[in-house]
Amino acid sequence: MAKPRRLTLSTNPKKEELTELRLGDVVYLDGTIYTAREGVYKRALEEKANLPVDLPHQSAANFHCSPAASMNSDGSFNLGSVTATASFRFSKWIGQWLSQSGAKLIIGKGGMSAEDYKKHFVPNGAIYLTTVGYGTGALLGRGVEKVSGVYWHSELGLAQAMWVIDVKQMGPFMVESDLLGNSLFERENRKIAEGIGKLYEGTKPATLKRYGETDNRSDELI
Amino acid sequence: MEKAAIEIPQDYLSGLKRAAKDEDGDLSSFVLEAMLENYEAAKQDRSAMCGDTGTPRWYVKMGNNARIEGGPIALESALRRATASATKTVPLRPNRVHPLWRTDYDNNVGIGAPEIEYAFEPEGEWIDLITVHKGGLFGTDYRMLFPSDGIEGIKRFYLDSLIAFGKRGLACQPAIIGIGLGGSKDACMVLGKRAACLRIVGDQNPDPKIANLEQEFKELGNSIGMGAMGFVGKSMVIDCNIEVGFCHTGGMQMSVHAFCLSSRRAVARIFPNGEVVYRTDPEWYTPYQRRETVDWQESPEWQSHAG
Repeated sequence: MAKPRRLTLSTNPKKEELTELRLGDVVYLDGTIYTAREGVYKRALEEKANLPVDLPHQSAANFHCSPAASMNSDGSFNLGSVTATASFRFSKWIGQWLSQSGAKLIIGKGGMSAEDYKKHFVPNGAIYLTTVGYGTGALLGRGVEKVSGVYWHSELGLAQAMWVIDVKQMGPFMVESDLLGNSLFERENRKIAEGIGKLYEGTKPATLKRYGETDNRSDELI
Repeated sequence: MEKAAIEIPQDYLSGLKRAAKDEDGDLSSFVLEAMLENYEAAKQDRSAMCGDTGTPRWYVKMGNNARIEGGPIALESALRRATASATKTVPLRPNRVHPLWRTDYDNNVGIGAPEIEYAFEPEGEWIDLITVHKGGLFGTDYRMLFPSDGIEGIKRFYLDSLIAFGKRGLACQPAIIGIGLGGSKDACMVLGKRAACLRIVGDQNPDPKIANLEQEFKELGNSIGMGAMGFVGKSMVIDCNIEVGFCHTGGMQMSVHAFCLSSRRAVARIFPNGEVVYRTDPEWYTPYQRRETVDWQESPEWQSHAG
């Protein structure tokens, strides 16, 4: 069985390094990452709040994540396990975020659509890294060197706050999209789709349909 | 709660090891090996196995002769306090927010949270505190089927759910799949969730025909051609558990639930003398929980035990 290729990547990668990557490569990160998800996107892009961190200078790696962490009474943080959240929900903000933040690595769970890659990632020279599992939270936690800052936690809560984290050999991550906008998940989906038809042999659609799955408001459920 | 968040239950771990051995997809295999390594790392570092520590909830089961000092209100306060405190000390991710205002008290406590559900057993002075940290916005679905949809209809909705949520690994498979059949819409969701979270890998429904269906569905799920993260492979289902409840004569409600790669559950049995015994099998579905008759028939075994 072929094992995936294993590489180390900086959180401010050069274009040549990204060109090198192939779908399915296993990547470990060195540098600084930050978390940003709907809370940060809304505040930065819709409410136009000034970013508390200098991007992409400090980091070009946006992790769709909220760590399992708590705040100590002295203001320091107790950071345990780190796991990504599903990225497709952030589609509406990702184009503007990539151009504004200069992020080159979007890290999350499950990737985004091929349309998002072509429309937003490719023009911004960004790629998508997926976490593995899901839920290698303890392994990713081992890659954390220190939390260098937590911003907007009083406005957004700890889960939605912007965590800036120094990392060393944090991983594993897997290359899900490349600079051309190809997607590993969509490649796998296509392979699997070929065999699905035969599983359904002998079954028929359910008697009662479900409303709301079409835009045709004259549809009936029966 | 610390045990639930950190230590993967042995029944699930053994099931996943078997799946990892059988898996021949390159990428899926890599993922399963990484997961096995992650469980070890979590135990060694006393760190939550997954950063998304789910939405912790409680199932409380009491023997008929159990008495709570301070009454049920004291118990509920204690469980809410424990949830807030574990969120800080383990730590757990403060996942619970208001659905509209997104208010987060950073302690996993709020309106209706954590959920606390109760059940009783005809004997015993103990109280079982079962904590389940189920993750997941994905992998769960409900459908109103009818008798005319038949077993084939059940099979189809099962496949629909697995494939829909399996793509890109949104369901965090391979999972323990719980199926609820019957009840009413809400009861059906409860049955399926309990089938996924309160039964263990390897056990069977006592109805032999349902047990066969569980086996058949497990194999069916693993023949989709999909593995971990939605990559080509054959590990979707570590086990399939089905629970049923009597329903309206015209309908056949069905729910599907996926208890993920971090199938987190832990049990503490508390005795009147203060002794606490920990385990990972909730032992929820006893003959009493599945009773079919008007009055519970005391079994001779139970009588001799009680006498």
